[in-house]
Amino acid sequence: MEVIIIPFIACLCVSILGKRNNIWLSTLFSSLPLFFVYQYFQHLDSSGKWISLFDHAWISDKIRFTLAFDGLTGLMLILTNMLVPLIILAGIRNDENQVKLTALTLFMQAALNGVFMAHDGLMFYIFWELALIPIYFITLTMSGKQAFKITLRFFLYTFVGSLAMLASLIYLFLHTADHSFDFESLRAVELNLNQSIGVGAGILLAFLVKIPILPFHSWQADTYTEAPASGSMLLGGIMLKMGLYGILRWYFPLAPESIAFFQPWIIGLSVAGVLYGAIIALRQKDMKRLVAFSSLSHVALIAAGFFTLSAEGIEGGLLQMFVHGVNVVGLFLVIEIIERSTGTRVLGELGGLAKNNRICMVFFMLVALGTMAVPFTNGFPGEFLLLKSLYAYNHNLALLAGLTIIFSAVYILRMVQFSMFGEGKKAMSPLSWNEILAFVILAVGIVGIGFMPQIIIDMVHKSVLIIATWISEANGILS
Amino acid sequence: MLEWIIVLPLLGFLINGLFGSIFPKSIVGWLGTAFVFGSFVATCFLFRDLLTSLPGEGSVYLRVFTFLNVGNFHVDIAFQFDRLSAIMALIITGIGTLIHLYSISYMADDAGLYKFFSFLNLFIFNMLVLVLGSNFMMMFFGWEGVGLCSYLLIGFWYKNVSFGKAARKAFIMNRIGDLGLLMGLFLIYQNFGSFEYTEVFAKVGRLEVGTEICTAIALLLFIGAMGKSAQIPLFTWLPDAMAGPTPVSALIHAATMVTAGIYLVVRCEAIYALAPFAREVIMWIGLATSLMAALIGLKQNDIKKVLAYSTVSQLGFMFIALGCGAYTAALFHVITHAFFKALLFLGAGSVIHGMHHEQDIRQMGGLRKKMPITYLTFLIGTLAITGFPMLSGFFSKDEIFTAILSHNRLVFILGLLSAFITVFYTFRMFFVTFHGTYRNHHHSFEKVHESPLLMTLPLLILAVLSVIGGAVNFPNYMGEGISGGLHHLLSFDGGGRFSPILIFPEQSFEISHAQEWLLAALTPLFLTIFVVVRNKYLVKAAVPEADADQVGLGKVLANKFYVDESYDRSFVEPIELVSDTLTEYVDEKAFKSSFDGIGRANQYFGSLLSRVQNGNIEYYLVYMVVGLCLLLAFNLF
Repeated sequence: MEVIIIPFIACLCVSILGKRNNIWLSTLFSSLPLFFVYQYFQHLDSSGKWISLFDHAWISDKIRFTLAFDGLTGLMLILTNMLVPLIILAGIRNDENQVKLTALTLFMQAALNGVFMAHDGLMFYIFWELALIPIYFITLTMSGKQAFKITLRFFLYTFVGSLAMLASLIYLFLHTADHSFDFESLRAVELNLNQSIGVGAGILLAFLVKIPILPFHSWQADTYTEAPASGSMLLGGIMLKMGLYGILRWYFPLAPESIAFFQPWIIGLSVAGVLYGAIIALRQKDMKRLVAFSSLSHVALIAAGFFTLSAEGIEGGLLQMFVHGVNVVGLFLVIEIIERSTGTRVLGELGGLAKNNRICMVFFMLVALGTMAVPFTNGFPGEFLLLKSLYAYNHNLALLAGLTIIFSAVYILRMVQFSMFGEGKKAMSPLSWNEILAFVILAVGIVGIGFMPQIIIDMVHKSVLIIATWISEANGILS
Repeated sequence: MLEWIIVLPLLGFLINGLFGSIFPKSIVGWLGTAFVFGSFVATCFLFRDLLTSLPGEGSVYLRVFTFLNVGNFHVDIAFQFDRLSAIMALIITGIGTLIHLYSISYMADDAGLYKFFSFLNLFIFNMLVLVLGSNFMMMFFGWEGVGLCSYLLIGFWYKNVSFGKAARKAFIMNRIGDLGLLMGLFLIYQNFGSFEYTEVFAKVGRLEVGTEICTAIALLLFIGAMGKSAQIPLFTWLPDAMAGPTPVSALIHAATMVTAGIYLVVRCEAIYALAPFAREVIMWIGLATSLMAALIGLKQNDIKKVLAYSTVSQLGFMFIALGCGAYTAALFHVITHAFFKALLFLGAGSVIHGMHHEQDIRQMGGLRKKMPITYLTFLIGTLAITGFPMLSGFFSKDEIFTAILSHNRLVFILGLLSAFITVFYTFRMFFVTFHGTYRNHHHSFEKVHESPLLMTLPLLILAVLSVIGGAVNFPNYMGEGISGGLHHLLSFDGGGRFSPILIFPEQSFEISHAQEWLLAALTPLFLTIFVVVRNKYLVKAAVPEADADQVGLGKVLANKFYVDESYDRSFVEPIELVSDTLTEYVDEKAFKSSFDGIGRANQYFGSLLSRVQNGNIEYYLVYMVVGLCLLLAFNLF
């Protein structure tokens, strides 16, 4: 409960204090939940079950406000509550938007924590939609000329997806024995194949749009590009993980019978997305747009891994979710700093920035290596496991998806080359302390996970095992 | 002891990388060198233990921690010091130390000195991980890691855009190979359930010759080797990689990293032994590479480019040997090549240093008077690489040719051709550089100088090694050599295989007396070539013509068979076209417009319906009556 209330109160405080608000204080408050997450971990037993930490009657006796916690939720909470303070910290700038941005980001943090802890279907839906509100305002009020059109597209897209999910949840709710939205009750509903496919399609749509998977992606690039840096970081770093989390936490357990039906489609579309994103990223000139497409490519691989239903795929995917969050925030941070001091983020107009900002150069290179999945950086173990799982599913698809290791090297190194190396007319201003602090924390994440990925695997392993058991029980064959 | 071999270079990287910018310049270089030397000493100690132990024994294992344990997949960070890795580690740290030493002086004026040494140390670390890892995952770590260091060091002078391009090209071409390697690794895990060498090779041992799995794995791993060891079709990055500082070319692009592909094949000898088809492929690709690179080398005028193509060509020889199943011969050539090619590159570096960054041999000439030590050592390197009798290159090449002769006549003849060409272009470079008259107009001959002791000392040491290096593996007819030669040390047929499991004894390459005479008769042939090249470039003092004046075959060679251009045409440009098409038409038009189209359709239908709500109370009354009627009708029937 604390992890939702603290950011929410902080958000209110920031709104009330307005300009008198201190950014370091907000950062401190937004990182407080990490402490509670640590405490939650102490509650876990060896079973790996999703244990409820807070439970109270809400709309009715059956629709309850229940928050639950397990390793999977824990991983997502660590990701969220580690990145949000960094995003606030890195977003320091002295303009009129500062207060609004901080408040909305804190609100976002509360909503995201709710999404990852919700144990009740309706609650999950509500937090899911709540998380949409701050990002909507961030993009709408703080981005460029086309803001309205782009935000509308983004909003409609995700909203339609969410509605489909709500419909599915209500359908399940109506079939529950005890008329409850509780996760366990929803899961207990017995569906035949057709029902399951119908329900599954609804739930999946919300998640596929959020991730996004190939045909549902057209909101993404524009939104990432046009949103202010903090918005892009929230979107790329955390929000799209909601979709992946949702697949694992809600779609797999609630409609396991339909997985076999959707599996080839999702994997096929994901692999197509991996290539599609990577190939488009090859020629982008706007660095943010480049990162948007690279992100499309990387995240699609995670989705493909999930749907192979193998331990490597799912746990490697979870690892990669965390890693992608760190890397994408790092990339957007560097791009933001470059843009702030040179006034542009277009590759053709930059170059030679390495010569007067060494720290930024080193950090940029480190994130780049992570994104390219070089061994001993965080990107490698996850990508390796994902490709391996895909290889076990289908050799040719793995080879196709594997092309990403070539393409990512091409577009990432190109981005580094044309911004940092060579001779350039523009120069970078020195970094401020908050930026250096953010760099250091992210760098520790990149190298630390690169050497010891098993920590994250161990964190989620038992929860994944339980979900895997449910899937195999429903299907009888898969493991 | 094993941990120190690996940790020391890593420490050097961290210390110089983090604090090098505040150290005085004089310390940075010595610090970096000291860490590598420490690693070399540790390797020597372990190697001594290994030498005194029985064949097949004495390997040291070190398991550090579990890297990943997911589902059925388990892999450790673990190291293994056996005979093969010992030899590789000795080359890496030994030659590494010499090149570090050389770099202290060569790079002294560079502002990024600490960066240079930290990258070099990182490279040594990664290279050691590659050869000392006890499983395929560790090898892959090192494999990609050295690729990264190579990228960082080729593009070391980052302000130069074309250097940056060369660096990216190297990394990307290597990544193409890595994809093949990665697929090979997946296949290995899928079939053998482990990445540990011992376990995998034990299971491989139970398979039969020609098993499809083995052929597939062997070919996929070889794709990785093609990338790293610059074989056709992935060789074009290596000549471009000469953009890096010369010590880098010597260490990474001649002596160590590029031989990783040979290490890979030798390490997986158990798999290749079962894959004759894959070996055949390796042999022909090695041959084609060797010939092609040698031919291109004939027309290169940049001293480093000549050496680069010569490296590609020599690597080709090693792969021919591997294809024939002569693993020891290939490894032997790796060792001797490391000596003389490092020597040649460092010598070239000394020339470039003395010539104030001039690399074009047409701008040189007569340098022997000004740079006696460089001249002498370069001569030794040249003789060694061309296979002059009793120098190191002679023995290793001899062994390779013996193996080829007993394997395939045609390959033998074509291989010889390549060796002849090697003699030609190497001496051409040598004569044009050191003999004749000085031809540079930018710097007067007086300004050309011999390099300082810190640079010439490694040259001298390497020259000695290039002379006596053959002693590690004298052919049988010349006695046992040092401790019975590589054969004994690696002892393929004594139970002490690289992999601890004995599968097949190595094929022995017995050749008849007639064939031995044939080999002996080759020496005059080599001499003839030598006389021809001497006559042209020493006696007549011919200077290679400008690239623009080339005609016919010369033009094709000077343009490197237009390989880069054809890759651009057939891969780069089409992909860029696809990328642009996807961006412009598919993503922007198809996807986005279709979504917006749904929106517009909605608006259209909305506007249709909105006409119904036109504010006229009469219409509303009519709708109400119609509605009521329908409701009634619905309920009644």
